[in-house]
Amino acid sequence: MSNVRVLVGTRKGAFVLTADGKREKWDVSGPHFAGWEIYHVKGSPADPNRLYASQSSGWFGQIIQRSDDGGKTWHQPGTPPGEATAPAGPPKAVSNKFVYDASAESGKPLTTHQWYDGTQHPWEFKRVWHLEPSLSDPDTVYAGVEDAALFRSTDGGQNWKELPGLRGHGTGPKWQPGAGGMCLHTIILDPSDPQRMFIAISAAGTFRTDDGGKTWKPINRGLRSQYIPDPNAEVGHCVHHVAMNPKRPGVLFMQKHWDVMRSDDAGDNWKEVSGNLPTDFGFVIDVHAHEPETIYVVPIKSDGEHFVPDGKLRVFRSRTGGNEWEPLTKGLPQRDCYVNVLRDAMAVDSLDKCGVYFGTSGGQVYVSADAGDSWAPIVRDLPAVLSVEVQTLG
Amino acid sequence: MIRVILPPHLRTLARVSSDVEVELTGPVTQRSVLDALEARYPMLRGTIRDHVTLQRRPFLRFFACEEDLSHESPDAPLPEAVASGKEPFIVIGAIAGG
Repeated sequence: MSNVRVLVGTRKGAFVLTADGKREKWDVSGPHFAGWEIYHVKGSPADPNRLYASQSSGWFGQIIQRSDDGGKTWHQPGTPPGEATAPAGPPKAVSNKFVYDASAESGKPLTTHQWYDGTQHPWEFKRVWHLEPSLSDPDTVYAGVEDAALFRSTDGGQNWKELPGLRGHGTGPKWQPGAGGMCLHTIILDPSDPQRMFIAISAAGTFRTDDGGKTWKPINRGLRSQYIPDPNAEVGHCVHHVAMNPKRPGVLFMQKHWDVMRSDDAGDNWKEVSGNLPTDFGFVIDVHAHEPETIYVVPIKSDGEHFVPDGKLRVFRSRTGGNEWEPLTKGLPQRDCYVNVLRDAMAVDSLDKCGVYFGTSGGQVYVSADAGDSWAPIVRDLPAVLSVEVQTLG
Repeated sequence: MIRVILPPHLRTLARVSSDVEVELTGPVTQRSVLDALEARYPMLRGTIRDHVTLQRRPFLRFFACEEDLSHESPDAPLPEAVASGKEPFIVIGAIAGG
């Protein structure tokens, strides 16, 4: 029987939740990296026991952690488990070193972006928001960072090199931080084309490469954002998350700051599909593993009130690729609930009956083992959840 | 032998349970102590000082002999009591957050 492993990043550590395919009885391990912010934990599709975690703190900066045994033990890549000192030879534990490329390709000495006061500001590394392991090589992993840029490691997370073509894009000086910082939070690898990748940045928008990350184009046509001077600008949109069903990689779904959008041409053009949602502000969006027109969002009241509307925690599901939405409430609190669900905190498994998972700012992680029809809490009292990923095993 | 006291999270990263000690042959300064510390515990690189600029991370302070040395030059000699191992060099996190 298949198992599932849910990887949860929280404000105060990481947790690993495991169950068999029924997804009813759960084992909880953690906190791993107790006391640290864990923005993201994700497993390699090529080797499910290879996990990568982004560990950070305002005091001590960014640490990359890796597990080779499905989350039982962890180490900083380059420093073998149990080895604390550096023997003679190349320095170890360089895995927390993220340095922007300052070559001519990306602009010397270092490019700038727009700051809150309208002036130009040099890129400053703060943390890794999202880790995306390669679909085919466990040692290759991408990192989306703040200030927005894309890094890649090809040695299991030990050494990181920026793909400078993205930050060096001509629109870079127009990118600006949102309230959460200028973060690259979404990385989607196209399973049908190893050269194609999608990324999203708050607040710049969505970008695509068709040459393995050398060059990038903004793909924001059709987005309309009233909070920027030109609502239809090429960049400047606060895209919160983008999702794709791997079986149909040309179709993308987006939760923008406001508006739920879809593209049927790999991002070249977008149209709004918010339809009858009670509010189209939100952070998460995901796609059913087997039904590419079935999508999920969690509407949030507004950008000024980051909690679910009317005190009700409702996932909304569309079986028509958007526009027509139904609230999913069975098993979810329908009164006095004021939690948020952050952009990387929803995931789907690939069991026959698709499982859907999400985590809240109140520390609950919910599972639906029937594609959203009913829900149950796996855990209720974790620290605020930053990210949720799921692995379908065996 | 220089004694260094690390905050709990950095002890966890370095996999040590108490004060650490580093050997120095030249002048005893913030820079030389931290260089030696990072050479012995490379997983601490970037956590106390920025990787590139080697500037102290903003929410960390350096104390020794009941004085705040955070704003001293990284190349200024540390107190003799630190150099002799009598007093520790303390890396401490600012009080903040929840």
